[in-house]
Amino acid sequence: MNNIFAVASIVIKELYRRKDFYVLFILTALICLVMATVNIFNDKHIIRYLKEICLLLIWVASLVIAISTTARQIPAERENRTLLPLLAKPLSRTQLILGKFFGCWIACGLALICFYGFFGALSGSREHLWPLMNYMQAAFLHWIMLGVVVAGVLLGSLVFAAPSSNSTISFVVVAGILLVGRHLDKVALTMQEPSRSIVYSVYYAIPHLELFDLRDLIIHNWPLVPWKIFSLAILYALAYATALLIATCVMFRRKAVN
Amino acid sequence: MRSARPSYLLLTALLVLCFGLAAYLGTWFQNWQGSRTQSADVLNTLLGDSRRMFANHFYTKADAYYHSGYYPTIFDNRNNFETPHMAEDTGAVNSKNHGEEEGFLGPPRDWIDAFSRNFFPDRHTHLDEGGPTEDLSTSTDVREILPWLKLSTELDPDNVQTYTVTAYWLRIRMHKDKEAEAVLREGLRNNPHSYDILYELGRLYDESYHDTSRARNVWELAVRYWLKLPPDEQKENTLVFEQITTHIGHLEETAGNLAQALNWFEAAQKVSLTPGELQKRIDEIKAKMADQSQLVVPKSVY
Repeated sequence: MNNIFAVASIVIKELYRRKDFYVLFILTALICLVMATVNIFNDKHIIRYLKEICLLLIWVASLVIAISTTARQIPAERENRTLLPLLAKPLSRTQLILGKFFGCWIACGLALICFYGFFGALSGSREHLWPLMNYMQAAFLHWIMLGVVVAGVLLGSLVFAAPSSNSTISFVVVAGILLVGRHLDKVALTMQEPSRSIVYSVYYAIPHLELFDLRDLIIHNWPLVPWKIFSLAILYALAYATALLIATCVMFRRKAVN
Repeated sequence: MRSARPSYLLLTALLVLCFGLAAYLGTWFQNWQGSRTQSADVLNTLLGDSRRMFANHFYTKADAYYHSGYYPTIFDNRNNFETPHMAEDTGAVNSKNHGEEEGFLGPPRDWIDAFSRNFFPDRHTHLDEGGPTEDLSTSTDVREILPWLKLSTELDPDNVQTYTVTAYWLRIRMHKDKEAEAVLREGLRNNPHSYDILYELGRLYDESYHDTSRARNVWELAVRYWLKLPPDEQKENTLVFEQITTHIGHLEETAGNLAQALNWFEAAQKVSLTPGELQKRIDEIKAKMADQSQLVVPKSVY
């Protein structure tokens, strides 16, 4: 475990040394503050449009951080020729992958704390409501979802030749799942065989990341998601993340690193 | 060694050519009808006519907010959302909706669908009825649709319905009569012959300012514009005519001008989908007229 967390701590340090997070956070804050100054029929209590813009920017920023940070981990070690010395130490390949995974995932979590903190402050200052449990649920499910994304991108970094191709393909896949993942079964119903079976298979095989998107519930002040459902969603995501990590570890063990 | 002189001459010639072309094309471009730079509106310059598409999107977005996020996507059955409910609830729009209002989602198709319904709004509510909390004291939350409506009017100033819907909710729920009037005035500047906007403006004068004479003038102007429509368009827009004429009839009845009131109610009855209701009012007015022995024969307006 010590080896895993040693690798993870290096990844976390990398996040706060790089400028990505600061740029995205300042950009999000600036856009939201500018939007907050818009006068809409002299009514200062209108807030939901601002919550929507802020949450959208948070989602985009978190995906950018998660995918771009994860995609460069293994290729960077290889390019800098630090991969072999790392593995020469008492560090197994599985520990390296797990260290990279936890590092990226925890780094995303730290970034989310800042983003949701800003969101809560912005929302509370206008709405004078503090549904902290709702925000906690949304942020936690968001972070759990990013775990699946990080595991997927880590696998992609072993499959694809360059970090750029891995990042692009990961963005397309994640955006595709978030936008149409929920509707694939409806699309399949309108198709003929064998397309129908193929689309249905994709529908059941993909990790449904859209389940973890509570933005509409937060924006429109809906009640909490039942805790039992919340726990099941976490289990669902952890199962996918574990499966992807196992695949990554198996592939990395068989891969030549020199 | 080759002299650099031909290169300098060529460079000078090219610069002169560029300057001449720029001077010629610049004047032509300024006079060109298709130039977007003639517009002072940034959105128009950036988006051109495609801004109407975005305007429709934001108008629908406002209706999605009216439902607190419970709204069909392009993959769902939209039969009951053809006419936005926020517009339908103003009472001045012909509804094209049919079908199940409460459950466009239908029964869950599979376990993923059933499970996913816990993570997005899955219940039909309206903001003016309290939204998800169903607490009527929060019905002013309908204000949340206004940013999208405002953006929609800026992107498509020719869409009359956006102005009337915005003004209605500003006036009815937010009690912002001045802002509602400003919206309608802006709508009239962009659509000077809109009977829909004039009808809403008349309601504002009548119901909010209690200025019946201005309301009457505005509504009568709305009727004149409606009567100038081609017959086909009149057939498609009978609801607003019925509303205008009924409102004027009511004003005249209240003012004691029973003959005029009778005239307006009869005009409304000709286009009404529920003529029986209006017949009752007509009979009541006739009874009053008989009591007062009024013998004035009204001049038909329709």
